Amino acid sequence: MFSEWTGIAVMYGLTVLLAIPLGKFIANVFADKPNLLDFMRPIERLIYRLGGVDETQEMSWKASLLALLTINAVWLIYAFVLLLVQGSLPLNPDGNPSMTPDLAFNTAISFLVNCDLQHYSGESGATYLTQLGVFNFLMFVSAATGIAALMLIVRSFLPKSVDTVGNFYVYFVKAITRILLPLSLVLSLVLVFNGTPASFDGKDSVVTMQGDTVGVSRGPAAAMIGIKHIGTNGGGYFGANSAHPLENPNYLTNMAEMVAQVIIPIAMIFALGFLINRKKFALMIYGVMTIGVLMLLVPTLISELHGNPAIARMGVAQPTGAMEGKEVRFGPVASGYWSILTTVISTGSVNSMHDSSMPVSGMMQLLGMMTGAFYGGCGVGILNFYYFLIIAVFISGLMVGRTPEFFGRKVEAREIKIASIVALVSTLLVKGGTALAAWLFVNYPEAAWTVKPSAWLNNPGYHGFSEMLYEFTSANANNGSGFEGLGDNNFFWNYATGIVLLLGRFLPIIGPVAIAGLLARKKYVPESSGTLPTDNGTFGLMVFAVIMIITALSFFPALTLGPLAEYFSLK
Amino acid sequence: MATQSSSPSLFQGDLVRTAIRESFVKLNPAILIKNPVMFTVEVGTLIMVLVTIYIGVSGDQTQGSLGYNITITLILLLTLLFANFAEAIAEARGKAQAESLRKTRQETPAKVIRAVGNMYTNEVQTISSAQLKKGDVFLCEPGDIIPSDGEIIEGLATIDESAITGESAPVIREAGGDKSSVTGGTKVLSDRIKVQVTTQPGESFLDKMIALVEGASRQKTPNEIALTILLAGFTLIFIIVCVALKPFADYANTPITIAALISLFVCLIPTTIGGLLSAIGIAGMDRALRANVIAKSGRAVETAGDIDTLLLDKTGTITIGNRKATNFYPAPGVKQADMVRIAALSSLADETPEGKSIVELAGADVTRHLNTTGSKLIKFTAETRSSGIDLVTGERIRKGATDSIRNIVERVGNHFPAETDAKAKEIAANGGTPLVVTENEEVKGVVELQDIIKPGIAERFDRLRKMGVKTVMVTGDNPLTAKFIAEKAGVDDFIAEAKPEDKMQYIRHEQTGGKLVAMMGDGTNDAPALAQADVGVAMNSGTQAAKEAGNMVDLDNDPTKLIEVVEIGKQLLITRGTLTTFSIANDVAKYFAIVPALFITSIPALQAINIMRLHSAESAILSAVIFNAIIIPMLIPLALRGVEYKPIGASALLRQNLLLYGVGGVIAPFIGIKLIDLVIGLFV
Repeated sequence: MFSEWTGIAVMYGLTVLLAIPLGKFIANVFADKPNLLDFMRPIERLIYRLGGVDETQEMSWKASLLALLTINAVWLIYAFVLLLVQGSLPLNPDGNPSMTPDLAFNTAISFLVNCDLQHYSGESGATYLTQLGVFNFLMFVSAATGIAALMLIVRSFLPKSVDTVGNFYVYFVKAITRILLPLSLVLSLVLVFNGTPASFDGKDSVVTMQGDTVGVSRGPAAAMIGIKHIGTNGGGYFGANSAHPLENPNYLTNMAEMVAQVIIPIAMIFALGFLINRKKFALMIYGVMTIGVLMLLVPTLISELHGNPAIARMGVAQPTGAMEGKEVRFGPVASGYWSILTTVISTGSVNSMHDSSMPVSGMMQLLGMMTGAFYGGCGVGILNFYYFLIIAVFISGLMVGRTPEFFGRKVEAREIKIASIVALVSTLLVKGGTALAAWLFVNYPEAAWTVKPSAWLNNPGYHGFSEMLYEFTSANANNGSGFEGLGDNNFFWNYATGIVLLLGRFLPIIGPVAIAGLLARKKYVPESSGTLPTDNGTFGLMVFAVIMIITALSFFPALTLGPLAEYFSLK
Repeated sequence: MATQSSSPSLFQGDLVRTAIRESFVKLNPAILIKNPVMFTVEVGTLIMVLVTIYIGVSGDQTQGSLGYNITITLILLLTLLFANFAEAIAEARGKAQAESLRKTRQETPAKVIRAVGNMYTNEVQTISSAQLKKGDVFLCEPGDIIPSDGEIIEGLATIDESAITGESAPVIREAGGDKSSVTGGTKVLSDRIKVQVTTQPGESFLDKMIALVEGASRQKTPNEIALTILLAGFTLIFIIVCVALKPFADYANTPITIAALISLFVCLIPTTIGGLLSAIGIAGMDRALRANVIAKSGRAVETAGDIDTLLLDKTGTITIGNRKATNFYPAPGVKQADMVRIAALSSLADETPEGKSIVELAGADVTRHLNTTGSKLIKFTAETRSSGIDLVTGERIRKGATDSIRNIVERVGNHFPAETDAKAKEIAANGGTPLVVTENEEVKGVVELQDIIKPGIAERFDRLRKMGVKTVMVTGDNPLTAKFIAEKAGVDDFIAEAKPEDKMQYIRHEQTGGKLVAMMGDGTNDAPALAQADVGVAMNSGTQAAKEAGNMVDLDNDPTKLIEVVEIGKQLLITRGTLTTFSIANDVAKYFAIVPALFITSIPALQAINIMRLHSAESAILSAVIFNAIIIPMLIPLALRGVEYKPIGASALLRQNLLLYGVGGVIAPFIGIKLIDLVIGLFV
């Protein structure tokens, strides 16, 4: 038991220890200060030249968002078409078929938005070409989109009123060449040396100890698994994701993948602190996020170690905790830790089956995705946090008797309107989607679809409700993990979650960038002793309270009917 | 602080009656739609009315009993009425305050002078003040009540303004200068003046103020709009939550009544702040009015809370307007004792603080032997600018400003000594005021008067500094004197030898740095600066131009009023913030009351969430809705008085308010709902 706890302590400690210098490095990259990777400069120049980008050009927030949305639209079409015809394209040694339009729609969006919700299984649903050319590619560009989007808000923190937010393309290219590419290369190498495949050969066949012959899927997996974690993507090469022995062979790779998926989200916090030269502010954000993560993590670990009361009632001892759906080589502590970290950030890769988690853990995973602002995905975590910051600044500014201001800019009706809409949309997508699914399940159980609504749920009752809630929550949070008991590869779930994915990705990027763009233009008012400091514990507490209250108020009834009802019934 | 602010009890009988009547009038959806939160409550109430009628007619019991539905409907209606009442009572109080000021200008006869061609003759025609139009000229003589606001175009008079300001000492108003403005309702004590009417009837500042308090022309301030948007956002979130609950409940095989869904919705949306929001805004204007400040817009009051820099005139604000005698300097060849005796004599009958201070400085030893029986007092007039005494022995003793005394002395051919002249200049250069004394038109010496810094002013500046407000003293004094006084009073900066354009420049400079600046002024030459300042407070005694340029008018002409105005602005915002926090924090307990109540029949395990142990589902819902309704009237006094501002630093203030209204807001409804449930338990 002791070594299990040490394991996660080391994992977390190592993550933070590496994130601080990485944050400094990222700040240097985006502030154009000399850094280790300046040798990438010619390659970047070439990319700018090929893309017709003038790297000195300053863009407004509107132009930047337009650029962001346009290139994303192009990738979406590219990915959709490739997935539709993958069966007839080369690099398909196992002869896997093309995707159905609804699955291709869902999958293309899912990888584009850094979610990687997978309604297919990599072994049979994708070819080597699409694994590399679509998934692997989108993993890089979607993560870079998030990082570049975060860079678009940096100037709203600086004490100078400006109309432009920088050059989106430059941020985007640098995020790939200097951050994502080198880091994922390191992780992929670690994986290759621990047994993860990296070849273009087809299935291998193995004779098991029982004497059966089994075809074992292979392929260029290591390259994808590297960026899958570094870019908080989470889409597995294989269907079982990081619970698969070839995707995550041992405790060491488990640790490496764990550190890798959290490192950029944490490093981005510090990078922001260095970029705006406000380390205390970065510490406030880090503190709030870390406390949030701990509040989700501790109940999860307790409930997992406690085991399943239903099994205990059968007279079965569970000395190692709840083991259903977990890999013996990781155990409940490392699995619980992974399940929370992967849901608070937007990775959504799994090393255990979340569907089998205890109800409390399931609720904590849901909450992690519902807030989406504790560490969060590459870049977008802080963007999500940003609109909570704006609401917190507004209410607490009033409470100290000044019209609210944030980094010297007045927060007024327009900013509040945008922040409210973003908060509103996330509630609407999750609750609306789940309500629609519940409504179909109750009223049209026998609808003439390939998979009837009555056949969606492996587990009826409260857990079935959680499965539907989890699917929409995961889609909205662009997380990508799932309660896999849900029969999700069909018409309704592919389209419904596809739409939720798109809105859940781009509105929380557009909103904060727009707010920051509007604020950056405003008159800068220097701080006085009447100004509310936003970099201390008091304000941190306020932000934390705002996040918790908004999340709790939006989702309490749904959580009551799902995990809470299950928990109290099981007890 | 010559505020005559009476603070009547919050709920006076007649005001309450008006407010109750108004709360029903305000149920009109066309009015209520301005407040999105309460409007949705009204929609919910209407749905409940329909449901209740349906149950009454059909006898269908699937939506709960008729009595239960009627009760819920009535409580929802009460919630609306309470919110309307909050706004109505705030309006009624504001109006009452404004009316009481307006009473001072009831119908008075006006002696109008009709123009003949371009000439105003002295043909006077008496009409009612209500008939006065802008541009009319009227005449006022001693004893007359001035019938309307206006500007003196000819003459000079002493005027008793106590009806408006509460200050009993008469003031001098004269044509041409910065003190040319007169206010309707005040009384002329001496001399006669011709006054030109400057406002149309019904458009005076007070009329504008009353209109601002009344619903019609009240515009939401930018901050109020932003908050309304946030509250509307919350309301929409809860619409989603409640609508989604229906399919969720279907999935869980739980029938949910319409009454329960609407109750949950009304409890969750921020009705507390939604219901009190406009009352808070009106109360802010009302508090300003109680401090005898007329704000021309709600926005001005709000901006006052954000002020970074405060420009204050030295005289009257930082120093006591009246200076005190500090030294006697005899003219060459005059004995000190003689000079002191003459100075004391000149002031024995002088009731002004300066005069008294001269007698005081001379000392009892000197004044004891003075005999003024039978002598004739010469009072100070604005024209002679000197005063004195003619003794029975025939001695004529005068004191006054250097210039006026020089006139007196040189008129009779006497010489004004160069030494005294030099001394007077030296005193002036050190921030003092020289007063020259004469006996029989011969200069006997000069008395030095010095500024006295107001007691307690340093503490007030300290308080302002803690609020984050920088204070700047504006004075005509030379830089050395200015620096001396600035340091002594504890202001952060000063503008010495200030000309009106210096103020303007300073304001512009601060504003380019992003600061918000407030200033007070009275003269026409202050008008541009008043207009430039973010908060410009014009004194009521000031010129019409100044009053037009500023965005507030101070009826008391009290320069320290700015400090109060800043606090009123801050209070306004704090009250909004804390009640918003309270309102939203309340939702936690309401969830714990209602959600288990909804599902407890189909999911008995959820009894574990019923942490308040409310005794039945229906009583839980009723308790939550009742709590939600009665919390509004309970908070009306707080909304009207405002949450106190303490200059303890922003973070400390946030902690304190977060604890009180955030944590308190989470806990209070748990207790309240439980208590109401216990009471309901007695009846059911």
